[in-house]
Amino acid sequence: MAETLFFSLIVGLFVGFSAGYLGSIMVLEKMALVGDALSHVALPGLALGLLMGFNPFFGAFAFLFTSAVIIWHLGRVTKLSFETLVGTVFTLALAIGILLVPEPELLEALFGDITSVGLTDAVVAVAISIIVVLVSRLIYKKIVLGLISEELAISKGINVAQTNLLYLLLVSLTVAIGIKITGTLLVGFLVVTPAAAARTISTNLSRYFRLSSIFGVASSVSGILLSNYLNFLPGPLVVLSGVVVFIVAVMVRWLKGLPT
Amino acid sequence: MESADSYILSVSDLSVDISGQKILDHITFKIRKGTTLAIVGPNGAGKTTLFKALLNLVNYTGKIEWSEKVKIGYVPQTLSVRYIPTSLREFLSFNSMLYFDRVTASVGLDSREVLDKSLDALSGGQLRRVLIAWAIIDKPDVLLFDEPTNGIDVGSEEAIYGMLKRLTAENNITLLLISHDLHIVREYSDQVLALNKCMVLFGDSKGVMGPSTQKLIYGEPVCTEFGEVHG
Repeated sequence: MAETLFFSLIVGLFVGFSAGYLGSIMVLEKMALVGDALSHVALPGLALGLLMGFNPFFGAFAFLFTSAVIIWHLGRVTKLSFETLVGTVFTLALAIGILLVPEPELLEALFGDITSVGLTDAVVAVAISIIVVLVSRLIYKKIVLGLISEELAISKGINVAQTNLLYLLLVSLTVAIGIKITGTLLVGFLVVTPAAAARTISTNLSRYFRLSSIFGVASSVSGILLSNYLNFLPGPLVVLSGVVVFIVAVMVRWLKGLPT
Repeated sequence: MESADSYILSVSDLSVDISGQKILDHITFKIRKGTTLAIVGPNGAGKTTLFKALLNLVNYTGKIEWSEKVKIGYVPQTLSVRYIPTSLREFLSFNSMLYFDRVTASVGLDSREVLDKSLDALSGGQLRRVLIAWAIIDKPDVLLFDEPTNGIDVGSEEAIYGMLKRLTAENNITLLLISHDLHIVREYSDQVLALNKCMVLFGDSKGVMGPSTQKLIYGEPVCTEFGEVHG
């Protein structure tokens, strides 16, 4: 039991950090709902993993990766926003996933079960989190400059389309590992709420990225600990912890009188 | 008679079609190193598209020849700074930190308080100065500036152009700027290029204030084929 809790906390720590870090870009991109909707795309992949006996993480990632590439390409061709495109595919993926996932596993897939985390899961989550954060650090300036002005970014030699694709792939990876903690229904939270809380009280990027990562860790670790003590599913408790952080951030902003 | 190599940029017969629509039609002009060319014309005349062609961001036919390997700086009309918590210091560091102190001082944005401010908390005038700082901080040879005073009051406009002119002269930067204000064009540029899909005028900017020139620029387009028309 203690070993499982230890692995769970390691996963929570690293995934919370990387999801918070990456999510901060997503909130800037005004793509918050993309992370949420994209997470549902993982469900058919999880189902295939469960049905065919391979690690569901790989199934989830394969579906997320493929969807991200398709959405990115459609975005370039149609000029529709990511949100619109994700919205058109995610409900379909959710429906297929629910039809495919065997009923006993459906609850785990939808809401996560960190109590089943083993050494392999922990190693994969740690390795992927580190890669995600390192690559995000390399591209975050490019993404932010592209958001401030796409033309300015292009004139500095930045390939905005390629950077966006790389970013979507990082989101896919993070969502795939985050599913273990919160499940597909709630994993969107991990990339959105810590960043939203950090945005509320940040006036520069470095503070924003730092706070978002810290809030991600705080939400996931406290949610997992609460889950262990209260014997509830971790996903909803992680979300509740994060919402408390968000409310505190809003109050801090109000008390400090930050400009609107 | 000046030698041909004193021109930093020669554009000949430049045309741009986007989605089957003619945006620029047979544009020909040359500019000399260290001078300022103002580009004027009504909305939709192709001014920004000309910049995009010079930056190689759109497909074009015709020739764009730079006399040497030039570093081109580009400043767009607007920045989307809302919702992006980026301090002025961070934003400029995206471009270069090489001449950071000198450049921020030269545009009057060197106080610690201002440098630590979020971009969305800056006034319109401050934001234009930020753009000038951005433009010159990595010492470009050529600067393309799209409406440097877009969205700021008339009082600040002269100050911004004065600053831009001084800094480009000090750094020997060739400046191409898009403007709607013919008074500004006359005061702060050496030459003017008027576009209305095609080229309607190219010449000395001192002559652009006359009513006939204004009619030429903003009236029904009367295209000229020649590279140098003294207006």
